[in-house]
Amino acid sequence: MGELKRTPLYDLHIELGAKMVGFAGYDMPVQYPLGVMKEHLHCRGAAGLFDVSHMGQVALRADGYEAAAKAFEALVPQDVIGLGAGRQRYGFFTNDAGGIEDDLMFANRGDHLFVVVNAACKEADIARMTAALSPDVTVEEITDRALVALQGPAAETALARLNPAVADMAFMDFIEVELDGVACWVSRSGYTGEDGYEISIPEADAEGICRKLLEMEEVEGIGLGARDSLRLEGGLCLYGNDIDATTSPIEAALTWAIQKVRRADGDRAGGFPGADRIFGDLAEGVARKRVGLAPTGRAPMRAGTQLFAAAEGGEPIGEVTSGGFGPTYEGPVAMGYVGTAQAVVGTEIFGEVRGKRMPVTVAKMPLVPANFKR
Amino acid sequence: MKFTEEHEWLRVEGDLVVVGITEHASEQLGDVVFIELPEAGTEVTKDEEVCVIESVKAASDILAPIDGEIVEVNEPLVDEPGKVNDDPMEGAWFFKIKPSDASQMDDYMDENAYKDFIG
Repeated sequence: MGELKRTPLYDLHIELGAKMVGFAGYDMPVQYPLGVMKEHLHCRGAAGLFDVSHMGQVALRADGYEAAAKAFEALVPQDVIGLGAGRQRYGFFTNDAGGIEDDLMFANRGDHLFVVVNAACKEADIARMTAALSPDVTVEEITDRALVALQGPAAETALARLNPAVADMAFMDFIEVELDGVACWVSRSGYTGEDGYEISIPEADAEGICRKLLEMEEVEGIGLGARDSLRLEGGLCLYGNDIDATTSPIEAALTWAIQKVRRADGDRAGGFPGADRIFGDLAEGVARKRVGLAPTGRAPMRAGTQLFAAAEGGEPIGEVTSGGFGPTYEGPVAMGYVGTAQAVVGTEIFGEVRGKRMPVTVAKMPLVPANFKR
Repeated sequence: MKFTEEHEWLRVEGDLVVVGITEHASEQLGDVVFIELPEAGTEVTKDEEVCVIESVKAASDILAPIDGEIVEVNEPLVDEPGKVNDDPMEGAWFFKIKPSDASQMDDYMDENAYKDFIG
């Protein structure tokens, strides 16, 4: 392992008393003095500020948005061309086997396509995009901007103090707007299941804007620990845990993210890696599916917990891919893959924790209802 | 009071030894969300896993610091695991052992040595 990289907000994290950990090559705050539980509850009750500057911000430019979008559709099964200007969408890179190489957000910025990818995958993603799309499309990693997320029911009130225009944004809108006199790229999105924003800020101005937000009554800094429990309650996948190069989007219950126009009977059907496998999964069904899991008892069922159909005997029917304690749910929460026969909400199965099989119910995701501003 | 390198504290109470985890340990663990206690009456040997404690971050084992019989467990803790963070040194004790060889206590650190140990 080389030296950990620092985000533009590193000094602020230290000043706030964060406990720092290495994550995807970056020195990141896992928690602040408030602690994971209170940070989580604060985000759902008011607003939380997250540093997500370790994620990759990438601009794809060609001769106009449509040209960039058309090229990008060769890598993802999403409708990129049909995304309106100033709008953002969730997507993922697929591989030839129909697995998922990374999940991402992309936005139509009028004259170009803006993509945000996971920190751990960003080098590979940029290499993939460059190899597949250049020279017609230029792939530019934006390394001089911080990325922060402001999430929670009070996020709008807080951010609107820096510019009232953000209050008018709908879920998945993406605009360029001045915050405190600084040109920022703001989307109404996030990864907590709460309403909120993701804000790309020139690195020199990031600390100042974050300080302004943190001074507000509603806002607390939130670390990676609570980010994980928030997204888990929100039923949102963590790349590398819940989805990876071997899981198809259909198995991963991400069918909703493949728009009709890219499906087998759509106007722009296929044309992305692994389309045959994915269309096969769609037509014929899959053997396993990602589901929400609500353990009956108090013991968390963490990633790697083997799942069984019965309290005794039999082979595993699946595995927990993310699990822990849900502070808002007030109990253990998990997600994982089970055989299609068990992938029915309400089915009682068993997870083996420390050699004992404990009951767990297949539950509707998200376990904590989302609170988006549609 | 004695302290182990596993961040447990041991307090003699009559002919019993009360066991819990230190404030330092509870801070390192983060918010505790689940505790599995042994059953009273269990014979345990030193370094045997007797409790499981899970925080928002991870699961850890609590080891029996000495040989003996567990004669009492802090049952209310199961319903109130957060007490381990709020009151680790007093109210959030885990179990009481009747030692079979009290001299095993001599191997452990006193408070000053433990303070040096955690730095």
